[in-house]
Amino acid sequence: MGMTITEKILARAAGRDTVAAGELVSAGIDVIMCHDVTTPPAISMLKEHGIDRVFDTSKIVVTPDHFQPAKDIKSAELHKRLDAWAREKGIEHYYKIGRAGVCHALLPEQGHIRPGEVIVGGDSHTCTYGAFAAFSTGIGSTDLAAAIATGELWFKAPASMKIVLNGSLAKGVYSKDVIIAVITKIGVDGALYKAMEFTGDALKDMTMEARMTITNMVIEAGGKNGTIAFDEVTKAYLDVHLKDSNADYTVFESDADAVYESVVEIDCAALEPMVAKPHLPGNGAPISECAGLEMDQSYIGSCTNGRIEDMRIAAEIIKGRQVAIRTIIVPATPVIWKQMMDEGLSEIFYEAGCVVSAPTCGACLGGFMGILAAGERCVSTTNRNFVGRMGSPKSEVYLASPATAAASAVEGKLTDCRKYLK
Amino acid sequence: MAKAHVYKRDYINTDEIIPARYLNTDDVAELATHCMEDLDTGFVGKCSAGDVIVGGVDFGCGSSREHAVWALQGAKVGAVIAPTFARIFYRNCINCGFYVIELENAAEKINDGDEIEIDYGKGVINNKTQGKAIEFRPLPDFAIEIIKDGGLLEHIKKK
Ligand code: SF4
Repeated sequence: MGMTITEKILARAAGRDTVAAGELVSAGIDVIMCHDVTTPPAISMLKEHGIDRVFDTSKIVVTPDHFQPAKDIKSAELHKRLDAWAREKGIEHYYKIGRAGVCHALLPEQGHIRPGEVIVGGDSHTCTYGAFAAFSTGIGSTDLAAAIATGELWFKAPASMKIVLNGSLAKGVYSKDVIIAVITKIGVDGALYKAMEFTGDALKDMTMEARMTITNMVIEAGGKNGTIAFDEVTKAYLDVHLKDSNADYTVFESDADAVYESVVEIDCAALEPMVAKPHLPGNGAPISECAGLEMDQSYIGSCTNGRIEDMRIAAEIIKGRQVAIRTIIVPATPVIWKQMMDEGLSEIFYEAGCVVSAPTCGACLGGFMGILAAGERCVSTTNRNFVGRMGSPKSEVYLASPATAAASAVEGKLTDCRKYLK
Repeated sequence: MAKAHVYKRDYINTDEIIPARYLNTDDVAELATHCMEDLDTGFVGKCSAGDVIVGGVDFGCGSSREHAVWALQGAKVGAVIAPTFARIFYRNCINCGFYVIELENAAEKINDGDEIEIDYGKGVINNKTQGKAIEFRPLPDFAIEIIKDGGLLEHIKKK
């Protein structure tokens, strides 16, 4: 019987020849992602239990991101604990403030993500890295503590679901619109416990940045992990981003006779720009059905859409115009921040009346840098629009692509981005 | 005896169980004071030690924050009963030594305020108010073992 990418990677990590969906395996971990919210408690747990071990200081990547720079005294305490631990243990890849960035944008950019590996992180959107044909999933603090100490975790191999993205995207339609359409179609628990394997022609034209937007949101359909097969686009990205010391990797592909629990087909050519309305990422509607709704804020950033490509798309629309509502631009990493300066994007945003911040998760999770008051509405390039996600439980979040968020910033209401694109 | 607090809502997410604005701390006592705040501001006031929460499908979806489980434990909630759970939340519960019960149509079988008693090993909820015994599939043995040990780290240490 054939195996999927997910099963092959888990088999490799468990030292077995085969793994089938539903089997429990104990897998070796290749990379652990640690940030400022879930890692400090994991460190405290290890201390409380008298466990002093770190399984491998070169396989742990630490970056404060959620509340960095510290937004208040309590978050400063979290950072202090994280910092003290990372120094004491001699964690090799510790991104201190100034080099720290939103985890899921930072790790691929800095060359920590390789195909064929098992990657876990104390964050639900750790599934992002599956875009590189890796097995990657989010865990809580206790699992994180166990992984840090032992370098191993048990997993139930998930059944796989194949999502075929047919056709090519029309102008003004992006990978964000595709993933909102997928979640709307299958529901926010449509992939519960499952691996979502994305294939199809539409992926060919997508950059790694665009693909990461798709795998980033598999958790919003309940998925355990998401995968995209390795191809020349993957290789070209890795050639630029992997350091020489870790430039080798193993590529796994799904067999032709691999088992899929279901197959979902999406006609990408027929898609319009999408907006996920409050309060679920699966509440997607085409822009033609919701254009005109007044907004109070536009937020462009996060691990979903805070990469340089997103900033370029937003800047193209905003250039030479004035924004009509509060518009907050948050580059996900210092490298992106610098690129924005070098390419003149920061200036475009400044001239238009936007706020440009330092890299942080910020308001994506209602931390700081753009919190909403009761009754306010925000069009946002982030991944969750739950009740209270960006501030007041009485505020509303509308998820969309950077182009839609930028066009909506210009008009102050949900706007079809296509009229601003040449 | 445990009382049931029933929320007839699907997709109760971890942002509702513990809003992100409180994630600047991992102090369990403090988290507990905000437990379920964005869903029901009165929850902490009416929850007594050992009470259970009953919800709809995909309970605990969203963020991987274990703070959600700690808030429930801090508020002395005894268990959560729902038809299905989001996987990270489910795993976090077991890792923290906290019981989760999968029960189809849970919110139809148990009413708000019902007095219940749970036998986790046998997989039976005794609904005293309605005079009914409700069966559920017990957690796998290894998960019950982890819970009985007081969580994954205690369990690892014991081994
Ligand atoms: S940007 Fe938002 S979704 Fe991404 S890791 Fe940060 S808080 Fe989570």
